[in-house]
Amino acid sequence: MARLSGLQRDVLSLYRKCLRAIRTKPTESRSNFKRYARAEFQKHISVSKKDFNTIEYLLRKGHRQLEMYASPGIRNIR
Amino acid sequence: MASLRTTSRLFAASRPLFRPAAFARSYATVEATQNVEPNPSENPKMKTFKVYRWNPDTPAEKPTMQSYQLDLNKTGPMMLDALIRIKNELDPTLTFRRSCREGICGSCAMNIDGVNTLACLCRIPTDEASESRIYPLPHTYVVKDLVPDLTLFYKQYKSIKPYLQRDTPTEDGLEYRQSPEDRKKLDGLYECILCACCSTSCPSYWWNSEEYLGPAILLQSYRWLADSRDERTAERKAALDNNMSVYRCHTILNCTRTCPKGLNPGRAIAETKKMLAA
Repeated sequence: MARLSGLQRDVLSLYRKCLRAIRTKPTESRSNFKRYARAEFQKHISVSKKDFNTIEYLLRKGHRQLEMYASPGIRNIR
Repeated sequence: MASLRTTSRLFAASRPLFRPAAFARSYATVEATQNVEPNPSENPKMKTFKVYRWNPDTPAEKPTMQSYQLDLNKTGPMMLDALIRIKNELDPTLTFRRSCREGICGSCAMNIDGVNTLACLCRIPTDEASESRIYPLPHTYVVKDLVPDLTLFYKQYKSIKPYLQRDTPTEDGLEYRQSPEDRKKLDGLYECILCACCSTSCPSYWWNSEEYLGPAILLQSYRWLADSRDERTAERKAALDNNMSVYRCHTILNCTRTCPKGLNPGRAIAETKKMLAA
């Protein structure tokens, strides 16, 4: 695999954090969470990798969303 | 715009089966804003307002400055009046925070003509030739248009424990009282409304916002240090006694210059430093 830039590594680490957070959710709803997380990343797949400002903004937004959905009160997602 | 909307609604109510395409389209074109005054008065005093626009729904698009023209004869005296009027009559997509419109809530803090201030306390310059430029608070992440993300600011406020900490009850079990002299020490501190104008005008805070608390929070911190009823002064001082929290203040005093409430965070920080050094 090609060497990744810092920003690319940040995105991957966010995705992995999402996957880890999903493992704390009830088994039956995990696939829903996974589908949601993937869809959120997929939505911005077309952003150019040189568009740093946008990617940084999306990363901040992603972290905020992760923090919110990771709270144990949220058990399922559609 | 508003009048158009009512007509079309009436029209639709009276003839529900047939709706002309022209009216249906007028709903869809909210984004194609007409930025010119709808009905200009006799001697219009047209002023141009340039407003920072950025929409998080299309993050790949760069922020832009959009200009709007308003007739000052028909607008209230304050910047907030102008913004509300733009939102009501010219462009409903413009986003900003506002609440009390009298400088007590601190919601409408923004950068107007290069100065951080509350839009509701800032008069519109009557000079029509020059345009007014309105930006969100500098060096904050933007949520949308003029709305800054103040999460870090509130987190830092929480970190100084902004409440009375006391273990010993009063002798008579009534409220904690203090002498008029002690109360006087809190004047110029308790008026702060945490609008974040000062913190976001401070270059030290721009570069070190993660660790440096910034003038607004330090003013609040001093408000609790100076309170005669608080019993955790030593712990509060210990929490501040490192080289980042307070000592990133280099007395630039942008905070004091910009404060829309006329307070002096610079003095509060100086007093804090004196207390720490004593």
